[in-house]
Amino acid sequence: MSRHPESSADGTDHIVVDDLQKVFDVRKKTGLVRREKHRVRAVDGISFTVPRGEMVGYIGPNGAGKSTTIKMLTGILTPSAGRVRVAGIEPARDRTRLTRRIGVVFGQRTTLWWDLPLIDSYRLMHRMYRVEDRRFRENLDRCVELLELGELLDTPVRQLSLGQRMRGDIAAALLHDPEVLYLDEPTIGLDVISKTKVRTFLRDLNAERGTTVLLTTHDLQDIEQLCERVMVIDHGRLMYDGALAGLHEIGESERTLVVDLAEELPPVDAPGARVLKVEGPRQWLAIPAAASAAPVVTAVASAYPLVDLSVREPDIEAVIAKMYEDRAAP
Amino acid sequence: MVDGIRAYRMIAAMWIRSTMTYRASFAMTLFGNFAATAFDFVAILLMFSHVDALGGFTLGEIAFLYGATGIAFGIADLVMGSMDRLGRRVRDGTLDTLLVRPAPVLVQVAADRFALRRLGRITQGVLVFGYALTVVDIDWTPARALLVPVMLLSGAAIFSAVFTAGAAFQFLAQDSAEVQNAFTYGGNTLLQYPPSIFARELVRGVTFVLPLAFVNWLPALYVLGREAPAGLPSWLAFLPPVVAVVCCALASLAWRAGLRSYRSTGS
Repeated sequence: MSRHPESSADGTDHIVVDDLQKVFDVRKKTGLVRREKHRVRAVDGISFTVPRGEMVGYIGPNGAGKSTTIKMLTGILTPSAGRVRVAGIEPARDRTRLTRRIGVVFGQRTTLWWDLPLIDSYRLMHRMYRVEDRRFRENLDRCVELLELGELLDTPVRQLSLGQRMRGDIAAALLHDPEVLYLDEPTIGLDVISKTKVRTFLRDLNAERGTTVLLTTHDLQDIEQLCERVMVIDHGRLMYDGALAGLHEIGESERTLVVDLAEELPPVDAPGARVLKVEGPRQWLAIPAAASAAPVVTAVASAYPLVDLSVREPDIEAVIAKMYEDRAAP
Repeated sequence: MVDGIRAYRMIAAMWIRSTMTYRASFAMTLFGNFAATAFDFVAILLMFSHVDALGGFTLGEIAFLYGATGIAFGIADLVMGSMDRLGRRVRDGTLDTLLVRPAPVLVQVAADRFALRRLGRITQGVLVFGYALTVVDIDWTPARALLVPVMLLSGAAIFSAVFTAGAAFQFLAQDSAEVQNAFTYGGNTLLQYPPSIFARELVRGVTFVLPLAFVNWLPALYVLGREAPAGLPSWLAFLPPVVAVVCCALASLAWRAGLRSYRSTGS
């Protein structure tokens, strides 16, 4: 399988979003017949670009505007204002043309034909997307092998488990060699083994074929394992765009150092560390995520009878929660 | 247009293949569909066991009206019958999955779950219509012979347009599948009886307000050699193709407007 040619109207930027906005008029029933109209800014001036071949995580709480953004990037929704280009195409205007260049996986609902065997859906995709026979065969074989779909091909989609269905959906989105893959909550509700399969597959896809991937998720492990870059959105605004590591600094997150001493001692005194908890011979120390743990470890080891030690990485969920708190109470 | 027909064929073929895996089950649902629609006509037969004419029409003439509408509606139902599921697709969000595929959304919705069992209704219509042609003494002229297929096809097109317009309406109003059914299935029932059973005002309203009347009434009266009612000129009998084209154009505009509204509101 070949990598996609390096050609795009926007140079190396595969997805270009400039001051994107989406405003909904929501009618609320306030009485028997009275309705109150109010405007909701689901996406409120978002700008970013994604270079070809990058894998980006797009995270935020429910109702933050993630799905609305994805819908505008696929052409399902028309933006209220701003500019969107995907592979050089304006999605809302050229939706049908764009469909052949992108793959979309909606975690919550399937793009497969519910009552028909998996293979029927694939055959229909083959003809609908006018995929060349040999390419289709290759792509299908590869997906079947890597996503372990072999025994499921003749099973009606409605009889598949959630994890099986998700793998089936991912395969369906890739049979026409899309350059851009959108995944909306691809691991939601999956068990650990299915999640691992999906993540491994996506990482390989991105590495081998150079497919640009944008994924929304609630599961921060998805981001930690797949994406070097993460965008955080809340209330329709982009709150962070950058490396995963940088998120810790912004959120002022801390790593936890768990030290087991030989005997019960008063809280240890180590520069740059703060004792969180003492429980018998075990103590919990907090150090800033951005700082190195080494000096603290050395200091503790030289001054105290150290038996064992472990480091816990900060929980991004907590980091993001903290970020939201800071914004909410400036 | 060509792409749309191709996509329709592909999707329909997939569903037919899938139905044919269970032939016995298919045969039974086909027969069930046939029998269910046949009961309507049995009701008319029962009425005629008590009277010789209904609103001045003989049994054969009513069979002509009934059969013609049955065929026209049956074709539309076969081709566009899945449109009333659009409302549910909008509500549960599965419409989005159709918008990211390279085929017209209208085609994908219409061809979804393409059901050959709906042939049962057409079969029943054909049988009744065939019966009518044998018992009614029609004074065949070239114009009348030509009008029969034109009437049937225009009728199918008009019903299809109503299905489409009804679906377009579902973009705006949720739970409007019932409203749509009142127009399509209700309109179908109305046309299966001779118009003079219904009040004159209603008939007038139906003729002008709902172009459904063109499906079979005016052309059927012409073929049967009867006067057009309410003093309408007889050339109106030849209007169905024009009405069909206008209806389809309007339905297509309504569909576009509905889809545009969905894409701007997401609901």
